[in-house]
Amino acid sequence: MMLKLFAAAFAAVLLIGGAADAQGTNSGAKLNDAQIAHIAYTAGLADIANARQALKKSKNKDIRAFAQEMLRDHKAVNDKALALVKKLKVTPQNNDTSKAIAKGQADKRAELAKLKGKAFDKAYADNEVAYHKTVNSALESTLIPSATNPELKSLLETGLKIFQGHEQHAEHVAAEFK
Amino acid sequence: MRAGMIVLVAALSAVLVAPAGAKTVTVMMDNVAYVPVNISARVGDVIEWKNVDLVAHTATARDKSFDITILPNKTRTLTLKKAGEFDYYCKFHPNMTGHISVKP
Ligand SMILES: [Cu+2]
Repeated sequence: MMLKLFAAAFAAVLLIGGAADAQGTNSGAKLNDAQIAHIAYTAGLADIANARQALKKSKNKDIRAFAQEMLRDHKAVNDKALALVKKLKVTPQNNDTSKAIAKGQADKRAELAKLKGKAFDKAYADNEVAYHKTVNSALESTLIPSATNPELKSLLETGLKIFQGHEQHAEHVAAEFK
Repeated sequence: MRAGMIVLVAALSAVLVAPAGAKTVTVMMDNVAYVPVNISARVGDVIEWKNVDLVAHTATARDKSFDITILPNKTRTLTLKKAGEFDYYCKFHPNMTGHISVKP
């Protein structure tokens, strides 16, 4: 339920950006590169925090391996993003989408903190599937098309392929707990 | 001239690392894909995976006959021991798939 609310809020924020874009106008709703970089970075940080929680709470071998992979990959992509914004002299800019992502996943972790054992493992895996789905569709439909700097666009495109891999991997892990 | 040198160096290293006639086939791991996706080789040949991506990948056979993890900016090799058709994928990013056709 919480997740659905979060996904809806996230989608709504992104849709506003997309609608302005479709009309070819440059109204205040359209995301700029500084905001896009902030959203992508925040999305990575949230999944790193999810992974840290899983490593603290889970004893399941597959859950732990998946969480290690999330730590490793999202850190690698975020490090690359930080290096890029530094090079481009862009200061990532906080925005409503970033706030919705950070809050949505923090709320999710608070919910998962109450679970133990297999119930936690299942909830973590299900959330990783849903979260990667949401982030990937945002990247595909809004963030990548809106990005104007070619290097930022290219990094987001590489990120999307990596995260699509995570989505599939998460689905395999989640299937064990069905 | 340069092409000649490369052929010579390649021939010398082939003599050093592999039995006569064996070749090395390179597969890049680039932008979450194996490049090229499909390769063919013979028993005794060496497959070399070069990971030029941001993140670690694996080359994992569907039939579990090999399972190799390649970190970013690293290269790892596999000497082909048996003939057959091998589908493989990345355990971390299952959207990454490839195929090796090994002739006797
Ligand atoms: Cu991979």
